[in-house]
Amino acid sequence: MIVVHEARKILTMNPARPVASHVAVRDGIVLGAGTHEELAGWGPHALDRRFADKVLMPGLVEGHSHASEGTLWHHVYVGFFDRLDPEGRTWPGATSIDAMVARLAAAEAALADPAQPLSGWALDPIHFGGRRVARGDLDRVSATRPIGVMHASGHILNVNSRALELAGMLRGGIDHPGVPLGEDGLPTGEMKGPDAMTPVGRHVGFERDLLSADEEGFRRFGRLCARRGVTTATDLANPLPPAAADMMLRVAGEESFPARIVALRLMRGISPSEVVAHALELRARSIDRLRFGMIKVVADGSIQGFSARLRAPGYYNGAPNGLWYVAPEDLREVYARALAAGVQIHTHTNGDQATELALDALEHALRLHPWHDHRFTLQHCQLADAAQFRRMKALGMCVNLFPNHHFFWGDQHYAMTVGPERAERMNACATALATGVPLAIHSDAPVTPLGPLFTAWCAVNRRTASGRVLGGAERIGVADALRTITLDAAWTLRLDGEIGSIECGKRADFAVLEDDPETIGAEKLKDVRIWGTVLGGRVQEAAAL
Amino acid sequence: MSPLPVTILGGYLGAGKTTLVNALLRRAGGLRLAVLVNDFGALPIDADLIEGRDGDMLTISGGCICCSYGSDLVGALLDLAARRPGPDHVLIETSGVALPGAVARSLGLVTGLSLDGIVVLADAETLPARAADRYLADTIARQIDAADLLLLTKLDLLSPEAAASRRAWASESWPRARVAAASRGDVPPDLVLGLSRGDRPVASMAAHPLPGYATMVLAVERPVADVQAFAAALAGASPLLLRAKGFVTGISGARFAIQVVGRRAEVSPAPDATMSPDALVCIGLPGMPREALLAAPGSLAALREMAPGMSRRWPAPPRDDARAGIA
Repeated sequence: MIVVHEARKILTMNPARPVASHVAVRDGIVLGAGTHEELAGWGPHALDRRFADKVLMPGLVEGHSHASEGTLWHHVYVGFFDRLDPEGRTWPGATSIDAMVARLAAAEAALADPAQPLSGWALDPIHFGGRRVARGDLDRVSATRPIGVMHASGHILNVNSRALELAGMLRGGIDHPGVPLGEDGLPTGEMKGPDAMTPVGRHVGFERDLLSADEEGFRRFGRLCARRGVTTATDLANPLPPAAADMMLRVAGEESFPARIVALRLMRGISPSEVVAHALELRARSIDRLRFGMIKVVADGSIQGFSARLRAPGYYNGAPNGLWYVAPEDLREVYARALAAGVQIHTHTNGDQATELALDALEHALRLHPWHDHRFTLQHCQLADAAQFRRMKALGMCVNLFPNHHFFWGDQHYAMTVGPERAERMNACATALATGVPLAIHSDAPVTPLGPLFTAWCAVNRRTASGRVLGGAERIGVADALRTITLDAAWTLRLDGEIGSIECGKRADFAVLEDDPETIGAEKLKDVRIWGTVLGGRVQEAAAL
Repeated sequence: MSPLPVTILGGYLGAGKTTLVNALLRRAGGLRLAVLVNDFGALPIDADLIEGRDGDMLTISGGCICCSYGSDLVGALLDLAARRPGPDHVLIETSGVALPGAVARSLGLVTGLSLDGIVVLADAETLPARAADRYLADTIARQIDAADLLLLTKLDLLSPEAAASRRAWASESWPRARVAAASRGDVPPDLVLGLSRGDRPVASMAAHPLPGYATMVLAVERPVADVQAFAAALAGASPLLLRAKGFVTGISGARFAIQVVGRRAEVSPAPDATMSPDALVCIGLPGMPREALLAAPGSLAALREMAPGMSRRWPAPPRDDARAGIA
């Protein structure tokens, strides 16, 4: 059965015929993009005109996200910015502490069991003018029910007095950098970092492991993808224990699952040799909508948490250098083993010293085990300088930069973490393109909202939350930005032969848009309305999900 | 209930942490030791010691257990602190890039734990290069900066002259840490895990001299005016003193436990049930100067050296083959 879709415009990302009016699909595969007349040659077909007033482009590819975004929607959204949930509801931003308290109070009123914890997520008090959230704020919601609110970064948890009490931490004498104390000598309720979060997290509904989605969360993540025009998304750092892998295979195997997921095996609590073996074992179980077989390594921490590893001259405010999350020897070993086994690695490097280590490690490992098409990818890589991009090019690496971060926290990077000059060159998309390093851009959802067109807007405009253009020289054009969220992102996942453009032989994965991202204007790229997606030829209207 | 003592074992990759952990498990001698390891990657426990496995927990012969904590150390400690019956002592083997000082501060987040000491291992052969490495220098320095005891491993691979100069260099580079040798895990468990653990009388150490180390028992003959100052003076008495533990009576009549690990001195109320007399057991390196120890606390207390195992008040403990094996 052949279906020919007619559209107002089809952006194919195929440079040989960049624009078309029709696309023919059979068995989930594109037969061709062109005119109706050209496509009629394939034989009898049904003409589907429901997209006649819409714009199609290749299904968007999110190269760095986490399916745990779906799980976080079990908690009450209290972020500063409006955010779309997996069911299609847009939650207005909670733009003050009072608004956050009111939102939580409304949710609290709906809970019957007085012992049941109440939890929220996506708090970002950086936008509250320097005022931190304290337990007293959350005590206004309830003094008897444990309450916890996770920050947008995922690195800080605010709790109320009851939660501290249950954790045995409403006491004096605590001496820990992650537990600020009030004038009364008791914790303020702001718990920073995993060590401080764990004892209270288990009393407020945030269990220790946020890395794997549960089943309902995984389903929600799939729906969210379809609403954002995403047909392929990564679950970039999953330990993939047997139960999680089995669940994901079962759910993604359902005909109606609305996205393709690429799940990378996180190297944590496992040796280099074992993680490579596990990735290979998982790869053999891949199905059409769920791909395994790659590895994620985290080399350092975060810049705003001052745990990223920076080269000299280090942090602008003089903070000591950050932490290695992997031993350099282990990084060298896993690179060598993965190259030998044909397993691709994506490496989180936030600071430029972490990037330098990854470059050194790969250069060395490639001498031992040459692989001409390894596509090892640096993720975030926010502080890389031009020389490092040239080394990435020379070594055959890809990069996936983080323009969303620039929007949400760029002002803080300018003022505090890395200072003006490096804040302006952070997430150097233009340098990556000029150097010829294959480039993708990402949201790191749930850290920032999933939405590649928003991410593209960030890369094109480089505006921060305050409206400042930060590093205008690193802005990229709309056409380049659209390629980074489709074909080039697919390249970093070794899927560019299957997805990322609309042309003969590729998967019929489309984003269905109400507006034309090529002509709406760079300033409005984030406002492009999304009708839904087509996944392997199956039409998924967001409003009907 | 007295708090559960926790020893942190740090050091970079290849320093010999796993070797030492296995040696300690072999010599636990009835101590129910809970070992927390960063991962089970390259199975850190010798196969012949393992009695069973249940998910992330290995049961080890002699009542010990070993758990992996991945990235959630505090979660593992909470689970351990809630365990009944609980272990006698916890040993945390940190990851090669972790900062033991940061781990120590996290112990305070879990009620019922107390820091026994921070022991950092370093490969004597590679330490100078690592300490100058462009990626690792600050990590190595921060690891050892936090150490109460710095145990140099693989000294036996160096010539005696090179080994001696390497020890001297390490002592100069990290003046806060007390430096000792620990090749192939050959270290008295008492040095790593603390003296007089569990119900064992304080002076039991004295019954088993430790080859390569000096032990000394000091009787405290009268009440101590300022217990904190007394403990601090003892800790600073000699660079050759590695550990000390014992009990003293304050001038108010209250009894206190004193523990010294390297330069760290801790004073806490003595458990009610403590039967040991006022005395201190010291372990140090050969040549540990008795005069310095006896004189250090000055006029604060009267110390008298006792012959090991000779006191009528302190009967030697029952013969324990596993412990005897140390010698």
